[in-house]
Amino acid sequence: MSDQIKKALLEYTTRLGDDAVVLGHRISEWVSYGPFLEEDIAYGNVALDYIGRARMFYTYAAELANDGRDEDDFAYMRNDREYHNLLLLELPKGDFAYSQIRQLFADAYYTLVLPQLLHSKDERLAAIAAKGIKETKYHLRRSRDWVLRLGGGTDESHQRAQKALDQLWGYTHEMFDMDETEQLLADAGIGVDVSTLRDEWLAIVTEIVTNATLSVPEDSWAVRGGRIGYHTENLGHMLTEMQIVHRSHPGCKW
Amino acid sequence: MDEEYYQRLQQRNAADVKMLWDLLDTVKDPEVPALSIWDLGILRDIQREGDRVVVIITPTYSGCPAMDNISTDVIQCLNDHGYADVVVKLSLSPAWSSEWMSPEGRIKLRQYGIAPPEDAELDADGLTPEAHAACPHCGSRHTRRVSEFGSTACKALFQCDDCGEPFDYFKKI
Repeated sequence: MSDQIKKALLEYTTRLGDDAVVLGHRISEWVSYGPFLEEDIAYGNVALDYIGRARMFYTYAAELANDGRDEDDFAYMRNDREYHNLLLLELPKGDFAYSQIRQLFADAYYTLVLPQLLHSKDERLAAIAAKGIKETKYHLRRSRDWVLRLGGGTDESHQRAQKALDQLWGYTHEMFDMDETEQLLADAGIGVDVSTLRDEWLAIVTEIVTNATLSVPEDSWAVRGGRIGYHTENLGHMLTEMQIVHRSHPGCKW
Repeated sequence: MDEEYYQRLQQRNAADVKMLWDLLDTVKDPEVPALSIWDLGILRDIQREGDRVVVIITPTYSGCPAMDNISTDVIQCLNDHGYADVVVKLSLSPAWSSEWMSPEGRIKLRQYGIAPPEDAELDADGLTPEAHAACPHCGSRHTRRVSEFGSTACKALFQCDDCGEPFDYFKKI
């Protein structure tokens, strides 16, 4: 493996870990706030799936970096500018409709990304994808059911779901951006060319949103920057809370 | 017998460290203590490297929080039987499948009050159905899914409309 590819692979693996830990943490913020007990538990389970995925990516990233860091250093000892996650995933949990619409966008995305990553020439990435695929099927079914229920529910739930769609739509474009790092890996058969996935993603999302009597927003604006460390103000706040215990008690084990 | 399980059994019977496989039958999943790690299919392989014992386990779900406990229990169990140098390795591929569960494990699961994967007909998407998983308490099929996700990642929550009991269903993945 060339040094260039190796460096790109470390960056790519870290990005995938960042995406998973940031979304996992946001979902976990619903624990004890769910609308009813079963939903509360469901949120906890989905959060765990993502955090588990983040651990696998970070453990691999730490091995690739080979500089003495471990998975915890990746999660807890990097600042917001060093995080290269998608902006969509870092936005605050908002109301229930907002979180479920975000989840639908993410679940539909991973439904397409993971089967491609499964064919990665990098065995480790393929193995992590294999675990995630089965879980994502359940995630998508849940977010789909909720979006249908919210859209077809009361005027209030419908209105909130539509508002969430409109507010989040401009953050979805970044999911399909490629940069030099990802292109290099896609060409080498290691990474996924996400730019080819948008049509299919749009088809999945459109079908569900339309069935929920909601409207797919126009492509009138787009926000980008997560992959190069330019974040919304929200990530810093989130990391402060997520990292405080680890940073306050360095090396603590329990 | 399921093909996947048959392969596991063949591997166990052919192992040159059969005794170690037997010892690890005492290590249970802390979240489903009715099942050993063998029954669940988490225990993938045991190898001897000189004095060292290498145990390979695989997580059921990505975020399964029991894996750390299971690693500690495996090491403790073998230490207690005189194996001082034990390393537990995590294997991700192939991804765990509920097909790997032992036939005894499925019976124990039902006795414990959890419906095993084969006690429900999957829906068209190959996922947990909305209803009719067999109640492990009274056997009725008049049951409905209350939640896609149960007390742990590997389970969904059902309720029986005949005996009224809620129960966990071990998801097929």
